Amino acid sequence: MGELKLMKGNEALAEAIIRAGTDGYFGYPITPQSEVLEYLMANKPWEKTGMVVLQAESEVASINMLYGGGGTGKKVVTSSSSPGISLMQEGLSYIAGAEIPILIINVVRGGPGLGDIQPSQSDYFQATKGGGHGDYRLIVLAPSSVQEMADFVPVAYDLAFKYRNPVMILSDGAIGQMMEKVEFFEPIPRLTDEEVKARYPWATNGKPKNGERRILTSLDLDPQRLEDHNHHLQEKYREITEKEVRFEKLECDDADYVLVAYGTSARVSLKAMKLLREKGHKVGLLRPITLWPFPTKEIQNMVDRGVKGFLSVEMSAGQMVEDIRLAVNGKVKVEYYGRLGGMIHSPEEVVDALEHKIIGG
Amino acid sequence: MTLKDIIKPENLVYQKTKLMTDKPLSYCPGCGHGTTHRLIMEVIEELGKENVTVGVAPVGCSVLAYEFMNVDMQEAAHGRAPALATAIKRLWPDNVVFTYQGDGDLAAIGTAETIHACNRGEQIVIIFINNGIYGMTGGQMAPTTLEGMKTSTSPYGRDLSLMGHPLKITELVAQLPGTYYVTRQAVHTPSAVRKAKRAIKKAFQNQIDKAPGLSFVEVVSNCNSGWKMTPVDANNWMEENMFPFYPIGDIKVDGQLVK
Ligand SMILES: Cc1ncc(C[n+]2csc(CCOP(=O)(O)OP(=O)(O)O)c2C)c(N)n1
Ligand code: SF4
Repeated sequence: MGELKLMKGNEALAEAIIRAGTDGYFGYPITPQSEVLEYLMANKPWEKTGMVVLQAESEVASINMLYGGGGTGKKVVTSSSSPGISLMQEGLSYIAGAEIPILIINVVRGGPGLGDIQPSQSDYFQATKGGGHGDYRLIVLAPSSVQEMADFVPVAYDLAFKYRNPVMILSDGAIGQMMEKVEFFEPIPRLTDEEVKARYPWATNGKPKNGERRILTSLDLDPQRLEDHNHHLQEKYREITEKEVRFEKLECDDADYVLVAYGTSARVSLKAMKLLREKGHKVGLLRPITLWPFPTKEIQNMVDRGVKGFLSVEMSAGQMVEDIRLAVNGKVKVEYYGRLGGMIHSPEEVVDALEHKIIGG
Repeated sequence: MTLKDIIKPENLVYQKTKLMTDKPLSYCPGCGHGTTHRLIMEVIEELGKENVTVGVAPVGCSVLAYEFMNVDMQEAAHGRAPALATAIKRLWPDNVVFTYQGDGDLAAIGTAETIHACNRGEQIVIIFINNGIYGMTGGQMAPTTLEGMKTSTSPYGRDLSLMGHPLKITELVAQLPGTYYVTRQAVHTPSAVRKAKRAIKKAFQNQIDKAPGLSFVEVVSNCNSGWKMTPVDANNWMEENMFPFYPIGDIKVDGQLVK
């Protein structure tokens, strides 16, 4: 086992960004994730790995820096929180359209608007349904511990480059701010310029001698060609949906009822599940790790196996519950329980909700 | 003499740069965009930088610049080109990086990205086409539209009390310590074209020499369609009305203001 460190979620994220062989971080401060940029600036990764760190003038600029930098084949990342992520939607739509691999991290806080700086999951729709204009999807990974904040960074990069698609790590203010032990993966060296050129022939980093120029654009004024491009994107999304679903199942094998929760909600739901088991209810926990693609098939399998009801536990007003309902397709009961505005539910509240809305309801 | 005799390699004094593709330009006849494209590509070719250049195309009439410029290119969102270029240059410091932007792109929606890239002193070249109007979307008022000038969104002429003042963004960025070379040129006559080419070459040379700061070349241009004039009338109108407000010449050279 490697060295264990006690760290804030945001710091673990920043350390993982350096270790994952990142070439450039471009970001703008916003609570509750400013420690990411602060940690990077304090640790001077440009001296150790040559990684570029730049505080941009806005989130609009940061995401467009990712568009430019990712377009050259380099590993680039930004982190922000809800209002900042809203500003990035324009850039994300362009990046998805031009099929550029980038990593974006959202440490969600309460909204709408300026909201507060407490943890929330109210950006689920924005993250999983596209967010900006046009038909596109992000791959969305939801960590529920400081350890996963670190571990998901290299996973996210791999997915981004494999599919030439933006990937989001969707965290929340609780995981960003909490301290836990974390064990780091071995540093992954940055690719050399030559390696980048060899691996990513689509990237715009200077047209190859005796080769064709490369163009990265999301524009096609010919509607037939743009339709073809959209079909190509949808085909890619179908492939991702088939191959990249990740989730964790706890005590689901004999479960009559299943709590579905991710991130901080999953931690609370784990405790609720134990309390419910102590009370004699056969309850399991399904924790989606990829929110898109969503574990739809797994939920369908559970219904086929005899699960009688699902409770979606979210720190939002019933956003993920829609995806569960789509999977269940009316066959068994699906309800939602959640707190809003930066409030976190207690395990007892979840116990109560399952007993009243699903078991007794 | 037959044509073949005339076009002997040793007699050749001028030809199309191979860094312009063969695709017909989509610009209105008489528009300055095409000439400026060619100048940039000639300069890149003469400097021998075609294999390290990355250009960033704008939104506006020149949205398809990448179709004509035979180098690696990325298409930015409206106004965001300086942010893309910032990252490209920082991640590939030995590349030659430029943006190409209209006045709506650079001086309206992209004001923040422009000013901050200039102020950070990014080692890039910004080429700024100022035709005082939004060409692509049908001739609406731009930040650079002159007082009294009629556009589709200032049909009675730009009224300063209603619409504010025309923005001299080039003078503004020249004030910033991050700009190293700031100049205003035009491409409406052969001599103007020659001067503009010298300026563009200087801008790129600065970047190659790793001069400390950004080089910014404004090209005052016409939009004969948007101005609803013939190309000749547009050029005359430009000389009479645009040049007094947007005077041609260097504003900052080697990091020092010259006027
Ligand atoms: C976010 C966004 N807003 C508005 C537009 C519409 N739009 C396209 S081009 C343009 C104006 C371009 O004017 P300018 O930059 O001066 O270039 P020109 O067409 O004159 O060459 C506008 C407003 C857009 N494409 N994107
Ligand atoms: S509309 Fe104006 S700017 Fe656009 S191509 Fe025509 S003349 Fe040029």
